[in-house]
Amino acid sequence: MNTLTDKLLGGKQGAIGLAILAAIILIVLPLGLDPFRIGMVGKYLTYAFVAVSLVLLWGYGGILSLGQGIFFGLGGYCMAMFLKLEASDPVSTKIQTTPGIPDFMDWNQITAIPLFWQPFHSFTLTILAVLLVPTLFAFIIGFAMFKRRVGGVYFAIITQAIALILTILIVGQQGYTGGVNGITDLKTLLGWDIRTDHAKYILYYINAFLLIAIIMASRYILSSKFGMLLLAMRDKEERVRFSGYDVSNFKIFIFCFAALISAIGGAMFTLQVGFMSPTFIGIVPSIEMVIFAAVGGRMSLIGVVYGTLLVNYGKSVFSETYPELWLFLMGGLFISVVMFFPNGLAGIYTDLMKKFQSRKTKSVPVKLEVVAVVHEKTESEPILTSEPAGAKA
Amino acid sequence: MFGYSMADIGNIVVMQGFSGLSLFSVLLLMALGLAIIFGQMGVINMAHGEFMTIGAYTTVFLSKLAVKYDIVNYYFVFAIIAAFIIAFAIGYLVEFVLIRHLYKRPLDTLLATWGLSLVMQQIFRSTFGAKEVSAELPQWLLGAFQPTSDIEIPINGVFVMGLAAVVTFGVFLFMFRSRWGLNVRATVQNRVMAGAVGINTKKVDRVTFALGCGIAGVAGAAFTTIASTGPTTGSLYIVDSFMVVVFGGAASLMGTIASAFGIAQAQSILQFFMTSSMGKVTTLLVIVLILMMKPEGLFAAKVRK
Amino acid sequence: MSKYDRRQFMKTAGAVVGASLALGMSAGVSNAFAADFATAKVNTTKLAVTDKTVKVGILHSSTGTMAISETGSIQAEKLAIAQINASGGILGRKIEIIQEDGASDWPTFAEKSKKLLENDHTAAVFGCWTSASRKAALPVFEKDNGLLFYPTFYEGLEQSKNVFYTGQEATQQILAGLDWVAKEKKAKTYYLIGSDYIWPRTSMKIARKHIEQHLGGKVVGEEYVALGDTQFGSVINKIKLKKPDVIYAAVVGGSNVAWFKQLNAAGINSKKQTLLTISVTEDEVLGIGGENLEGFYSAMKYFQSVKNPNNEKFVADFKKMWGPKSVIGDVTQAAYLGPWLWKAAVERAGSFDVDKVVVALPGYEMKTAPEGYVKVDPNHHLWSKARIGKWRADGQVDVVYESPLIKPDPFPKGYQ
Repeated sequence: MNTLTDKLLGGKQGAIGLAILAAIILIVLPLGLDPFRIGMVGKYLTYAFVAVSLVLLWGYGGILSLGQGIFFGLGGYCMAMFLKLEASDPVSTKIQTTPGIPDFMDWNQITAIPLFWQPFHSFTLTILAVLLVPTLFAFIIGFAMFKRRVGGVYFAIITQAIALILTILIVGQQGYTGGVNGITDLKTLLGWDIRTDHAKYILYYINAFLLIAIIMASRYILSSKFGMLLLAMRDKEERVRFSGYDVSNFKIFIFCFAALISAIGGAMFTLQVGFMSPTFIGIVPSIEMVIFAAVGGRMSLIGVVYGTLLVNYGKSVFSETYPELWLFLMGGLFISVVMFFPNGLAGIYTDLMKKFQSRKTKSVPVKLEVVAVVHEKTESEPILTSEPAGAKA
Repeated sequence: MFGYSMADIGNIVVMQGFSGLSLFSVLLLMALGLAIIFGQMGVINMAHGEFMTIGAYTTVFLSKLAVKYDIVNYYFVFAIIAAFIIAFAIGYLVEFVLIRHLYKRPLDTLLATWGLSLVMQQIFRSTFGAKEVSAELPQWLLGAFQPTSDIEIPINGVFVMGLAAVVTFGVFLFMFRSRWGLNVRATVQNRVMAGAVGINTKKVDRVTFALGCGIAGVAGAAFTTIASTGPTTGSLYIVDSFMVVVFGGAASLMGTIASAFGIAQAQSILQFFMTSSMGKVTTLLVIVLILMMKPEGLFAAKVRK
Repeated sequence: MSKYDRRQFMKTAGAVVGASLALGMSAGVSNAFAADFATAKVNTTKLAVTDKTVKVGILHSSTGTMAISETGSIQAEKLAIAQINASGGILGRKIEIIQEDGASDWPTFAEKSKKLLENDHTAAVFGCWTSASRKAALPVFEKDNGLLFYPTFYEGLEQSKNVFYTGQEATQQILAGLDWVAKEKKAKTYYLIGSDYIWPRTSMKIARKHIEQHLGGKVVGEEYVALGDTQFGSVINKIKLKKPDVIYAAVVGGSNVAWFKQLNAAGINSKKQTLLTISVTEDEVLGIGGENLEGFYSAMKYFQSVKNPNNEKFVADFKKMWGPKSVIGDVTQAAYLGPWLWKAAVERAGSFDVDKVVVALPGYEMKTAPEGYVKVDPNHHLWSKARIGKWRADGQVDVVYESPLIKPDPFPKGYQ
């Protein structure tokens, strides 16, 4: 294998892991599940985008963002605005005072489509907005914070506050945003009905391919020199800084990239679920997405996808039968993962592999499929400390 | 001016000043326990709101007993003490079982305590029911105090203010005038050295954490007079509490007080001149912007890195 | 539902049988029906209907922040279904409940609706509570041609073939109440305050139009508080400065409790101030505390203390099934209507098919409703009365005003 594919796939180990994942989400699940369950899996896979972004940001970068919902939501809203404009053609909205504008605007006495909605008439501009708006927003936040060396717990709390502010704003400006109900009743994408079973399958596959592509892109980034710097920064930020690297630029980059990934997930969510609401921007969903990553293994790009599927599947099953038990289980799962399995499912798997391998040979144990590539060059354990930069002396 | 008489405006200024102070004491009570835990130990306790809820439910439970034995006028003081003891005890336990294993991983404590908060919420729901409940309040806590016929000062606001003062004073005595406080400060400044001179740093941690939780319990008990008690009540307070602590600069109790005061005045004044929800958003926005420029908070302790 | 509730349900369902016998007599010579209505005939759209049973869904939040509010609706719907079963079921078929938890999460509502319709093929679903959850589930019901009975009073501006709204839309709740304060309290100035989201904002918009254009009054302040905010000091001072004749309130959730507690503590009580709210039912009083509400007014269509034989029986049955301490609010009663209306519609249609049921229900007059007489309008909302209740310290109301039946108007002209 040449270096590029090696980096994309993450070596032999990584390639096998990826192939298994691809087989499961591309073949096994679509064959084994009815359209209703496939819709659910599709929705969970959009959360997996955020979980993957958290691997980069939190697992490797040591930056815990409790506001990834912001970017997921922004991406989703951009897509929802486009679909809503398409759904609000003058014919189907003719009972309104002003036909041709989204219904919630009409209820709020808005008579023309506001300026910032205008770009969303165009699909090209919408795609650009999905990709750029959240990334730009992340850049502004990241620039302000990382340049001033805000990190650790502080960063977590500030992102949380931003998520809260954004939620209150969206809920409060309901004439422009649809308020607490969100943007609902989305029907077609460029004339193509997204609500049919057929469309659900197509969207599911687009979603799954995008996810795999993003995992590969993330692998590429992590296995480059940049990935190593990221790890080094997480464990000994000062040393990297003293070696002459501008740490903040790397952090800003990874934060923006994570925002971009989350935003794509958000846009796919809107397409598959058919609406977007401020509840995805808030604090609770943002933290839940961190759970997905923690359960799957914060160091494993593939593990978090399984983690996301597993937690959501559990949520769905348990909340159907034992709604009360579910919260205990969710809380308990979270506590125990953090305490006993800081590397999540992927960690358990690699521990088993390590035992298995060291019995066979005395070779260097493989840590995680991704780490495997960089692992010879970094001496650090993938442990999860990150001293808050401003918190404690 | 704007069609209001000078007397009207004067009265409003007095009452508005009071509601600013009252919000200040609410924020201070919320944040004090968190500030101790976060500032002294670097631990983020996401279940802080749930410890407040423990205090609130304790009060509600005791009020039911008080109604039964007809001692509604006196029970509230005991309720506050009971809230402190129960929250302290549970905090002590939580530190022993959970927190002490995670001191080296601050971000992980954040996540683990969030899991804890989920579990606690469900325990409240299973034990006390999903519906909100209210405590029977003693007569002397209800209504308003009227120095003049047009100025009305809420008695529960005065009570919360008094309690905030007592608790803050108590914390200062504890931290700066007691043997324990000395140990706590020593441990914060240099854990290894503190251990070397014979301070049981593990025990200090446990007591500090439990103390923070106990104060949260007191706050929860006091808030039954002004707000709701339900399984998810704690989550209403958590972001505000964090903002106060972070804005104040983590390692400084003075900072927490100053930041609670600043945030309370800003929010109270903005909410008077804008709609309440815009006032709140603007306050948060200003705090975040200031934090971006001054990430260590207003009153960070000056210590060498 | 918890295990406890389920056990309670099984135990008390038996007790309800006796209480419902009277109803059973009037409602059904039912077992004779079964033979007359062959399954193949009454169900041409592959719903979950067998010779003996028919499946319905209950979709509310039993976990999360909304569980507080939605529990009452679940209980009422289960009571109604138990009573219907005890009286012989529908077209000779017993109702089986499939309960799903929306978990206070809107996409979950959409997802579970899909499950109830596409997997379980339920003939009807009783559920949703917040507007957001209904908006999320609505496209699913429309696409799969399901049938939803929605119990909450809400902002209107919606009418769907697949939904029946058993609560009031905004004008039914607001206009009569405002007319009453204008007349009885000679109110000229109004202060509007609500939580910052769609239902209070739409309600306040209608209220403002009505006050300014029809009552000749003046709105001296309009205020919105963020959802979950618990600090009302500044807001209360603004109200004191404006000295309105009436405070008109639609604050919800945890904020609602804080609002009334702090209002009272600031010296604003019913001795000095008229306050009319559209967001306090008997359910909320538990958290707010009766002493903080005493003398204030609520505008609803139903209160637990409404005096008529239907209601006395309903309250007794409800307490028998769910415990003597349970209270019944406006939405709980509206939720109770859902299964009964559906039963009536199915029997009128002689079929479970959604298309036939939907056609059969409008025009139906229900005389056994606890709130009194209701009628289903062609726009899928109910004709109902508006009532003003004055709160007592014990958490119940004295009904001080009862309007005539009001036609539902989800898209009110002149109020948009």
